[in-house]
Amino acid sequence: MELIFEKSVKGRRGFRFGNSDVPTHAQVPSKYARKDEAPLPEVSELDVVRHYTHLSQRNFSIDTHFYPLGSCTMKYNPKFTETVARLAGFADLHPLLPQLATGEKLTQGALQVLYELEQWMCEMTGFSAFTLQPLAGAHGELTGIMLMAAYHKAKGNAKKKYVIIPDSAHGTNPASAAVAGYETISIPSNKNGGMDVEALKSVVNDEVAGLMMTVPSTYGVFEPNIDEIAELIHSIDGIMYYDGANLNAVLGRCRPGDLGFDVMHINTHKTFTTPHGGGGPGSGPVGVNAKLEKFLPISRVIKKSDGAYALNYEYPDSIGYIASFYGNFALLVRAYAYMLMLGKEGLQETADHAVLNANYITAKLKGPYKLCFDRLCMHESVFSAGLQAQRGVHAIDIAKFLIDQQIHPPTVYFPISVSEAIMIEPTETESKQTMDHFVQKMIEADELSKTNPLVFKEFPKTMPISRPDEVKAARDVKTSFFLPDAT
Amino acid sequence: MLAVMGLKSIDDLFVDIKPKYRPKSFDLPPGKSEHEVLRHLTELSLKNNVHLTPFIGGGYYDHYVPAAVGMLISRGEFYTAYTPYQPECAQGTLQALFEFQSHMCALTGMEVSNASLYDGGTALYEAMMMAIRMTGRHKIIMDGGVSPIYRKILKTYTHHLHYQFEETPVVHGQSSREEIQKRLDKNTAVVILQNPNFFGAIDDFTDIVEKAHAVGALVIVSVYPISLGVLKTPGEMGVDIVTGEGQSLGLPLNFGGPYLGFMCTKKQYIRKMPGRIVGQTVDSKGRRCFVNTLQAREQHIRREKATSNICTNVSLCALQAAIFMSMIGQGGLKEMAQLNLDKAEYAKQCLEKIKGLQVKRSSPTFNEFTVCLSKDASEVAGRMIEKGFAAGFPLGCYYKGMEKYLLVAVTEKRTKEEIDGYAKALAEVLA
Repeated sequence: MELIFEKSVKGRRGFRFGNSDVPTHAQVPSKYARKDEAPLPEVSELDVVRHYTHLSQRNFSIDTHFYPLGSCTMKYNPKFTETVARLAGFADLHPLLPQLATGEKLTQGALQVLYELEQWMCEMTGFSAFTLQPLAGAHGELTGIMLMAAYHKAKGNAKKKYVIIPDSAHGTNPASAAVAGYETISIPSNKNGGMDVEALKSVVNDEVAGLMMTVPSTYGVFEPNIDEIAELIHSIDGIMYYDGANLNAVLGRCRPGDLGFDVMHINTHKTFTTPHGGGGPGSGPVGVNAKLEKFLPISRVIKKSDGAYALNYEYPDSIGYIASFYGNFALLVRAYAYMLMLGKEGLQETADHAVLNANYITAKLKGPYKLCFDRLCMHESVFSAGLQAQRGVHAIDIAKFLIDQQIHPPTVYFPISVSEAIMIEPTETESKQTMDHFVQKMIEADELSKTNPLVFKEFPKTMPISRPDEVKAARDVKTSFFLPDAT
Repeated sequence: MLAVMGLKSIDDLFVDIKPKYRPKSFDLPPGKSEHEVLRHLTELSLKNNVHLTPFIGGGYYDHYVPAAVGMLISRGEFYTAYTPYQPECAQGTLQALFEFQSHMCALTGMEVSNASLYDGGTALYEAMMMAIRMTGRHKIIMDGGVSPIYRKILKTYTHHLHYQFEETPVVHGQSSREEIQKRLDKNTAVVILQNPNFFGAIDDFTDIVEKAHAVGALVIVSVYPISLGVLKTPGEMGVDIVTGEGQSLGLPLNFGGPYLGFMCTKKQYIRKMPGRIVGQTVDSKGRRCFVNTLQAREQHIRREKATSNICTNVSLCALQAAIFMSMIGQGGLKEMAQLNLDKAEYAKQCLEKIKGLQVKRSSPTFNEFTVCLSKDASEVAGRMIEKGFAAGFPLGCYYKGMEKYLLVAVTEKRTKEEIDGYAKALAEVLA
């Protein structure tokens, strides 16, 4: 399909701002002026509408396809949350208004949303305070690790320099720890998908600042020895970090704060179904217990004795500004509306059905595919296409087969500790019929791998493109229309 | 379904969560109907005042967004998709991000762009870290004209990392060459600038770039995209890394987010750039297509050795900006920028007639400028709220000694009538 730039016709306009109604005409002094006009495309509104509508039709999405992308919690995004986020009283609100002398009065509704959302998140997770500011899950991780660092600095724990991370963790965990100035220690999992506690004991010493754990893990396993692990880490004054990527699975069943964790982040696009947007914007609120509360970023939303909401910047121990404002507000409004609709029972059912659905698919597929940990799973399970790979059909080939069946593939090749990994997370919003259809297609893929393995290399056949040359993309860098094509 | 697993109840699925791990409390309100939720949220939204006529900016502006932009990004195929891990069924998102990158290159005059970062502040932080990695040096020169919000963010992220952070004194107008020059040395990793700066002054940084390069330092400039409809581009100035806040490119103000961070650089530095990058390639049949590329920089491959911990970008916001830029196009961008210039100039002329108000004219500006008042600016802004205006941003909020200064923004959306009314109200308050 042509680029919008290739549809450009000299002088064509899609939009006019209208004539100026002021009598002045200002000129930028030539020293400060750009030489040539910015070469944006010159197209009509209809050109733009057709172009981007056609592009949208080249996507799989939750609205159009089953999307069991493990670890990403691709559940349905209810439409009413879009309606509330677009209310003019939220969408048109300038972020600097509450910083004016009497400006808080102008933003009471927005501040109430933030305040109540923090309170609910505290109750759901067992923590004493939240900041909604982090702009994505990884940003939440970085914020959490910075709180860890602030804690150790305040305590004079000068020797702390390592953060321990299981090998099954998302890549953001070690990257966030490294960005915050820590070195990381990776520890292996045991044969049940849990943490190898003996391996952990062998690396825990005075130099360990903390431990990052995803619960349930990316294997879909709930760590049975959390209390023992928390005790071990706390014995050296380490901080227990809960990566809330998989919180969806345990809502109402347990709370990170009760389990001995000190700090966590939530991915609202997972648990609270704010849209993934084709890869963001995200939102990664961070919760802490009393140990870390005073270090939280500023500003913080407070409720005053007269019932009014306000922003407070007076926290001398705070790590400071981690973002420009109060978080990705339009996403937080969606999360708030979602929680309000579901309520206590609805949130608990979320976890129940997510886990039920994952176990249903797991039970149906564990014959033809090798299940990594043969036990009940939580919200997702990890298979290996090892058997199929022996026939020459790899996880990626099965993924491409599924695309031709109009199913978005599960996550493949993650966790990296599992060879030929296929990670399936159906989520709670899918019906039995949809899952049965998926199971049937997965079984067909296995059958086909026995009878005609070579045919997989041709998949997908029904898409506008098939098997892009990624090596060429990295070698002959062409990342803009204006860069010359490599010869 | 439970029978398939040989289980009797849902509780049996959760046996791994031992009784001792059960929640101590889970006291949340009962659920509501869609109608009740909408009513409640509508009531809350009405407690926010969005009816003040805005002359407030500070990096976040009230620009017009063509209706087609909002309609197109509301398509579920875009907003309910995820990161394009499977390029065959994500060409829509991938091509749109490639186009976004192209638009940003057109705007900034730079060779390459990434597919977006969280927001303008965090993008500037990522750029600074990139410059530190590239030079292996640890001294940062931060111009006093850079947004105080951005400067606070950068300090938070670096205060425990032992970098040498030097800020030049805040001046109303353009950056002080002298203050930058005297700090510039062989240990300098980067000089960080902003155009227009926080006070609205526009500049040409060509001379600073030359001096920085002469000692092996890099230059980052944070820009306001709409101003690039008329202003000299960072590419023309020889700048190494360009970042900025893309809210003005078709995004609502949204009480602070989501916004759109962007980053552009020279092609030779692309492998040092953080964040997702979409590249063009061909498929197995030779057809042009688009993929996430240069992923060896990223956390999911490199883990602790990655160029950044960033995973998500803000794809939907980048798409929004791409559609916005396509809608207004080459002529529209210039027209829009010119309207901002003209209306700001008109506002200056109106305000200059007010007793007790002085427009700072030491440097040329784009659509934002500072005025010095005879009274406390914060108080004046409070009185102006009563008269129906968000009068501007009182600089005393961030700068000691500038309590009488107000930062005023005038976009293409302000009518002559609104500007006249604003001047009249301000004259009354100052009288």
